[in-house]
Amino acid sequence: MKTTLLTIGLALTIISCNNSKTEQKAADNTAETAAKAENTATNDQEGGKAITPVLDAYLAVKNALVNDNQEEAAKAGGTLATALEGLDISQFDADKQTELQEIVEVAKNHGEHISESEIGHQREHFEALSQDIKDLTAIVGTDRTLYYQYCPMYNDNKGGMWLSASEEIKNPLFGAKMMKCGKVQEVISL
Amino acid sequence: MKKAAIIILILSIGIQFIPMPKNQSNEVPKTDFLQTIEAPVNIQQMIKASCYDCHSNNTNYPWYGRVRPFAWLLQQHIDEGKDELNFSTFQEYSGRMQREKIRSMISQISDGKMPLKEYLWMHPEAELTNDEKEQLIKYLEKLNP
Repeated sequence: MKTTLLTIGLALTIISCNNSKTEQKAADNTAETAAKAENTATNDQEGGKAITPVLDAYLAVKNALVNDNQEEAAKAGGTLATALEGLDISQFDADKQTELQEIVEVAKNHGEHISESEIGHQREHFEALSQDIKDLTAIVGTDRTLYYQYCPMYNDNKGGMWLSASEEIKNPLFGAKMMKCGKVQEVISL
Repeated sequence: MKKAAIIILILSIGIQFIPMPKNQSNEVPKTDFLQTIEAPVNIQQMIKASCYDCHSNNTNYPWYGRVRPFAWLLQQHIDEGKDELNFSTFQEYSGRMQREKIRSMISQISDGKMPLKEYLWMHPEAELTNDEKEQLIKYLEKLNP
């Protein structure tokens, strides 16, 4: 009896010691390369340029989700968090900086979640993130034409939106399950 | 064999004396979520009972809550929980972040991901019935139109 108790005690100690968290750093070149394919930067405007790495990474997340690729989405999510951290807010209008700060903070939080979640959860954060990225472009501008797309069926028919660099609908919220759901709601031009 | 057993026994007792922080605070800060939203009493009770142990600066520790190694596991849950969402300092989040946290709460509750299953094993009283979940979600949705 005593031995049993001690064994249990030992086992528990071992379990608890094993619990050290393995930090997952997801910043990889693959995701960036994938994103560059969709990058058609032409604008010389400061804001437009500053947002390039952010949009590259965002679109890489989107493309990975279109392809139901959790791993690529996770990598790109990490890249996005890093890109947002690198965004120099001080170059924009002083009265917009607080709002920018808040957008960046929330978007970064989404990127971090995407870098460490299963695909359903990635999509949920991606959908919320899309609104933040849209709000971000409203302040700092864009370096490429973006299509604001909407699928009314996402999230039990509550609907969901995302941004794409091409007009054609490829749904990142459903992936292969419902690739064509959605339509262009708005064009965000240079 | 007997020697090993004695060593383990000593270790098990010894680890009880490793100092560790206690997640407890006597005051309810002005930034507390429930303090500021003026929710109906039943909603407040639900959130307090089902969320506050890991998502606030005030944990209601169970009897084994200070016994290592359980205490370490518990502490880890609390640290991760507060890192994700801390109701005690909710008003310190920006407006945008508050909306995001509420969005996340709604989704975690409706997906049944929160409260954590492991937590419910030891705290059956924290489990939300379907009816309670519905009330809570409806309320949170009102906060986040």
